[in-house]
This record gives sequence, structure tokens and C-alpha cells, in this order.
Amino acid sequence: MEIKVLGPGCAKCQQTEKVVKEAVAESGVTADVEKVTDLMAIAGYGVFGTPAVVVDGEVKSVGTVPRKDDVKSWLVQ
Amino acid sequence: MQERSKLLLIVGAFLAAYYVPWDHALIRRSGIEAFMMLQEYARDHVLTCLIPAFFIAGAIAVFVSQASVLKYFGAQARKILSYSVASISGTILAVCSCTVLPLFAGIYTRGAGIGPATAFLYSGPAINVLAITLTAKILGWQLGLARAVGAVVFAIVTGLLMAFIFRRDDAARTAGQIFVPDAGEKKRTLLQDTLYLLTMVLILVFAAFAKPAAGSTGLWPAIFAAKWYITIVLLIILGFMVATWFTKDERANWMGSTWGFMKQIFPLLAGGVLVAGFMLGRPGHPALIPEQWIQSLVGGNSIWANLIASVAGALMYFATLTEVPILQGLLGAGMGKGPALALLLAGPALSLPNMLVIGSVMGFKKTATFCGIIVIMSTVAGLIYGSVVGG
Repeated sequence: MEIKVLGPGCAKCQQTEKVVKEAVAESGVTADVEKVTDLMAIAGYGVFGTPAVVVDGEVKSVGTVPRKDDVKSWLVQ
Repeated sequence: MQERSKLLLIVGAFLAAYYVPWDHALIRRSGIEAFMMLQEYARDHVLTCLIPAFFIAGAIAVFVSQASVLKYFGAQARKILSYSVASISGTILAVCSCTVLPLFAGIYTRGAGIGPATAFLYSGPAINVLAITLTAKILGWQLGLARAVGAVVFAIVTGLLMAFIFRRDDAARTAGQIFVPDAGEKKRTLLQDTLYLLTMVLILVFAAFAKPAAGSTGLWPAIFAAKWYITIVLLIILGFMVATWFTKDERANWMGSTWGFMKQIFPLLAGGVLVAGFMLGRPGHPALIPEQWIQSLVGGNSIWANLIASVAGALMYFATLTEVPILQGLLGAGMGKGPALALLLAGPALSLPNMLVIGSVMGFKKTATFCGIIVIMSTVAGLIYGSVVGG
């Protein structure tokens, strides 16, 4: 499973990365969490707002810090 | 922060502590000016102006739906709508460049194209509610108004010019799917939201109501005398609205986002005030930089003064809101009003680091054109404003 956290490095983006990593650790799924900071790469996903979370190429959240329970529900699908 | 930049910071601080002649009279006076200016802000501006403005910014961030605004930036959106929304959306979408730049990259590559994207890029940092409020309160309402109007007009003109100059290659972009932030479900009517924001804006207006000139009669002194009663009544109304119209989660979100802005902006602003005080001093109190220098560079309203001010503003990096104390110091040291507006219009939207990021998105040629347009327009706007208000 491949998870990407999109964001140029603001406070909310770091918070999102933390939430995602915690959710992965707690649910025991093996997943790569990668932070994408390059603006063009972020724009390539078509997200109009950061932080955004992409799970296996699918955009899951845009513009907000997701709740940990929400992240876990994306992981089990 | 990288380890190397931390090391450089510590070495820099050490060298400053070692070599700066702290007992020199000029340095002492500048140091005192720095803290006198900080005290002036603490006494006159924080409680009545900044705190209400933070609550408004927090409310806008939480309760105004971003999705409803962003859909006007899609590839299919009508152009007229894109431009008008881009030019005013800075007030409701963005306070820091960390939201502006990704959004700009998205609009440019996937959405409405270079015109609306650059219009948004300009207006985002230039017309947020905190910046306009603080400008009007500290530098005078004329400059605040000129800044707000100038920013909206500039955004539209810049966007249209960019779209016209680069009309050829604008077609080469991908029209993929776009994702905007979730709208979230609404439980209040538009009227309720409007009344709620209006009440807060009125609290800001009355709490920060300026003392009228001595001897003036009529409405203004009457309002000034009653301003705290009006403010208290408004606060009670606001409390009633918040208690009955909002859920517990919404109130928590509002507080969270207000607190986020405060955490982010207060330290920067305090630092900016200290630096501005140290370098420039309060109006009428000279500090480190001699006033003749400033007067000879940006005094009066010559074309040179305006050009220098707008180029300096374009290159300098202003952390959110710090352009206000810096300009206050410059004006006090003899800067003309025209050049001050030129700096305000070119300043927050552009900076050297910002240009590098924009350059990586749309290339050197377009970035240079974008900066050139803004510098020229700021110079012209400064000249016009300077000749209207006089010196």
C-alpha cells in the first residue's frame, strides 16, 4: 500500500503526516508513507488545497487534517 | 529547519553578540526604540484591533466553504467569474503563502489557466482581512482603502495581461479531474452566516474607533463616547448567536483556527515590530538608519522614489503583516505616501524566495513578466496616490 501526503511543509501538512503515520502504525498495515513537497507534483494530482492524502493513487482528503479514524478506514479497504 | 541553517543561525547570533558595539549611543537609542514601538503595538493595537481580526479570520477559515469558491477555478468555469472570484478570494481563502502556492499551481496546470491563476497569486496575500484591517488602523484608513482597492484592480489587470501576453501556449494544459476541499454540511442559512460575520466586523470597527480630532462636533464624538457601550451590546449579541446557532464541534473548530492564526502570526509580528523599531524608530524618533537616507531615497513623490519603493517591496520578504510596522517606521522617517502605497502593493505578493517557487511552476519568462507587470503598476499607482493625497 502506498500513501502520499501532499503539502509544501506548513504546520497542517506536518500534522497530517503525523496522523497518517500513527494510523498506519496502529492498524498494523504495511504501507509506505511518502511526503510530497514539490509543487508541480502536488498540482499533478489535481488537488486544489493542501494538505491532501492520496492512498494508492486515489485522492482521499483535500484541504484538511484528516481524523485518525478516517485514515484507518481508508487503510482497511 | 536543516542542521546547517541552525548552525549558521547560532554562529550569526554569536558574531552579533561579540562584535556589535552595544554601548554606542546610537545602538542604545535604537534598542529602546524597538521596545517602545513594541509597547505602542501592545497598548494600542492588540486588544482592539488584532484580537477581533484574528477571530474574524478564524471564522472565515472555518465557516466559509472553500469548495464553493474553488469551483470557479476549474477548467470549465466561465472566465469572467474566474477573474472576479480570483481577485477577491484572497480575503476568504488565504492568510499565508503556504495555502496560496499549491492552489496557484493547481489552477495553473489543471484549472482555469494562467490568467485567473496569476490574478489569484497576486490577490491572495495582498488582500486578506488581517492585512487590510491592520493597515487601515495603523497607517490610516486612506492607505488601507487604497491598498484594498489597488489589490483587487491589480489582480484583475495582471491576470488579463498575463493571459493576453501568453495566449498561445495556454491551450497546452491537461484537463484532468480536480479535487477541491469538502464542502461539509451546512446547518445555518446564508443570512445567519452573514449576520454573524457582520457582528464581528462591527465589533472590530467600534472597538478600534479612532478618537476624533479635538473640537470636532456631531456624530463622530458621540460614537466615540459611546463606543464601549456599543461594543458590549454587540458582544452580547455575538455570544447569543454563537451559543444558539453553532454546534459544539463548530465552536471548537472556530477557536482552533483562531488560535492557529494567533500562534502563527503573533511571534512574526512582534519580531517585525522589534526589527522595524530598531532600524527605523517610531515616527519622530530616529533610530539606526539615518532619516536623510530614507528621505533621499523614497521621500516625496518622484517617479524614482516610487520605483525604488516598488522594486524594494518586490524583492523583500515580508512575513505576514510585518509590512505594516516596517512601513510605519519608513513613513515616520520621511517616506512619501505614494511610495508607501507602491511598496504595499508590490510587497506582500512578491519576494525573492516566492519568485523562485513561482519560477519552478511557470518558468522564467512568465515569472519575469508577472513581476515586471506588478512593479510597473505599483509605481504608477504610487505616483497617482501620491499626487492625490499630496506628499
